[in-house]
Amino acid sequence: MTTNGQQEILLNVSGLKMYFPITQGIIFQRHVGDIKAVDGLNFFIRKGETLGLVGESGCGKSTTGRAILQLYRPTAGTVEFKGVELTSLKGESLRRMRRHMQMIFQDPYASLNPRMTVGSIVGEPLEVHNIATGKEKRERVRELLHIVGLNPYFINRYPHEFSGGQRQRIGVARALAVQPDFIVCDEPISALDVSIQAQVINLLEDLQERFGLTYLFIAHDLAVVRHISDRIAVMYLGKIVELTDRKTLYEQPLHPYTQALLSAVPIPDPRKELEREKHRVILEGDVPSPAHPPKGCNFCTRCPAKERALKETGINCDEVEPEFKEIAPDHWVACHLYN
Amino acid sequence: MTASVDLTGLPADIRTSRYKEVGLMLQAFRRDPLAVVSLVVILLFVLGAVFAPWLTPYPDQGLGNPNIIEKFQPPGPTHPLGTDYLGRDVLARILYGGRSSLSIGFLVVIIAVAIGIPLGAVAGYYGGRIDNLIMRITDVFLAFPPLLLAIAIAAALGSSFINAMIAIAFTWWPWYARLVRAQTLSLRELHFVEAARSMGVSDFTIIVQHILPNVMTPVLVQATMDIGSAILTGAAISFVGLGVHPPTADWGKMISTGRIYFIERPWFAGSAGAAIFLVTLSFNLLGDAIRDVADPRTRRAVS
Repeated sequence: MTTNGQQEILLNVSGLKMYFPITQGIIFQRHVGDIKAVDGLNFFIRKGETLGLVGESGCGKSTTGRAILQLYRPTAGTVEFKGVELTSLKGESLRRMRRHMQMIFQDPYASLNPRMTVGSIVGEPLEVHNIATGKEKRERVRELLHIVGLNPYFINRYPHEFSGGQRQRIGVARALAVQPDFIVCDEPISALDVSIQAQVINLLEDLQERFGLTYLFIAHDLAVVRHISDRIAVMYLGKIVELTDRKTLYEQPLHPYTQALLSAVPIPDPRKELEREKHRVILEGDVPSPAHPPKGCNFCTRCPAKERALKETGINCDEVEPEFKEIAPDHWVACHLYN
Repeated sequence: MTASVDLTGLPADIRTSRYKEVGLMLQAFRRDPLAVVSLVVILLFVLGAVFAPWLTPYPDQGLGNPNIIEKFQPPGPTHPLGTDYLGRDVLARILYGGRSSLSIGFLVVIIAVAIGIPLGAVAGYYGGRIDNLIMRITDVFLAFPPLLLAIAIAAALGSSFINAMIAIAFTWWPWYARLVRAQTLSLRELHFVEAARSMGVSDFTIIVQHILPNVMTPVLVQATMDIGSAILTGAAISFVGLGVHPPTADWGKMISTGRIYFIERPWFAGSAGAAIFLVTLSFNLLGDAIRDVADPRTRRAVS
């Protein structure tokens, strides 16, 4: 992949696969199949940019984030972060790398230990990586709380004393504590009230600017992703179907799935909405099971452009899997229509 | 991220240190009258057992010397709880009996918890083969009727107070292992455990810092309830001649010997039963209160 002479690449993912085995039997477990949650991803993230990752529930977005951070050990593929191949790291060397990559979680209620004070939650990474202890640690925690817009004197309070938005800020402070380069934001705002969402988004943007952070922003809210991302990857059934910069994606979506996805976003203007109603793409059927994905293109069971592809290219989408190709500078698509 | 923050001029938070946390726990505890009463009852029994020789005018009877002339005296001014079939003062026997019964109750649960928690946490956290292995071991223990197993172990180890305790603890730990494992299984999937892992926290620290504190609630409840049953099991083991030997006083033993006279002379079996009942109930209430106080969420609700 090319960098187009732009900023250096911080994270390079190639051929990433994350299969979860399906087993049967109580004592002797037979391996009867795999849930192909993530099935061969290739992409990179440049330093300082935000890559949005969108897709329906269950398409493997969160799994991708976790596999990158090695919270799940990938079945295959490589994840190169700051020039270090993560999938082969183990134990102490992996632990040391964790300092540079952090995660912000979707559910601000489940992601904070109810038995720990804010001080110990935010201070934990500082201690784990021997950055600061004791008084110094508390000082740093106060500073971090201030940075994320919380009163530093909340340090001895417990998570249940905060609202969802405040809790998410605590989660952000914890991720920031070790001064990481890269943060996986796993739907950080989808559990929040709409009025709070904007605040957290703005906080994330401020922090990115201030500390030069790189984000992998996982979400299913297209408007939010459009707002925060530099480039956007669209995922469907464990694969990235299209990846390009924000502007191109929203103005000229190429993959039929991206087109359908975007046409599902409501427009807050009834007249325009009515106008669009005429050529809205409504997908039929359900997403196939990731345990038995289609033989050819993963989207072939619901693709409205399948016949067109057969006519134009002579390729049967049910049989042949499309390649994830760069068809224009910085525009990758996995569809036979554009090969 | 080194920008210094000016913290002057902001109101100081009332809660500023760990010590204050402990103070807050005590405060919440004090506000719960049942908890205070049960703590007092337990302390009275413990102190009574420790200072028995000075509290009763009949320390020799407490230790087991018979006094046949006064047998089956009903409660009265000289013997507030009456005397038993050997004429011994029942109050003295209760105080001395607390020594063996309370220590059996406490130590059995402590040993069982000490074995059960780490095994359960490891099984639940790591899963897979380790989990299978540990759980099958607990199955083996649970397959035997607990009393029978305890008696068998006690018999194999030889009849003594310490051996009886070890025997009972060995039949008890699988319950804690299972309880902790089940809780750990659900906790390890929670995001805060994943967050800790993503920060590079070691497995040991995750278990100790994140999982165990959240597991302690059911364990505490179970443990306080088990103290009573442990006392009873200890009594049963003494009854079959393993464990506490006569003439050493033991509540369970008092019940088992007193039950044949219970209809006409209920006071000495009844007193021992009441002692077990009071201690067990107090531990239950205390466990409840500790659970509420230890959990910051419910503590705030109380205060």
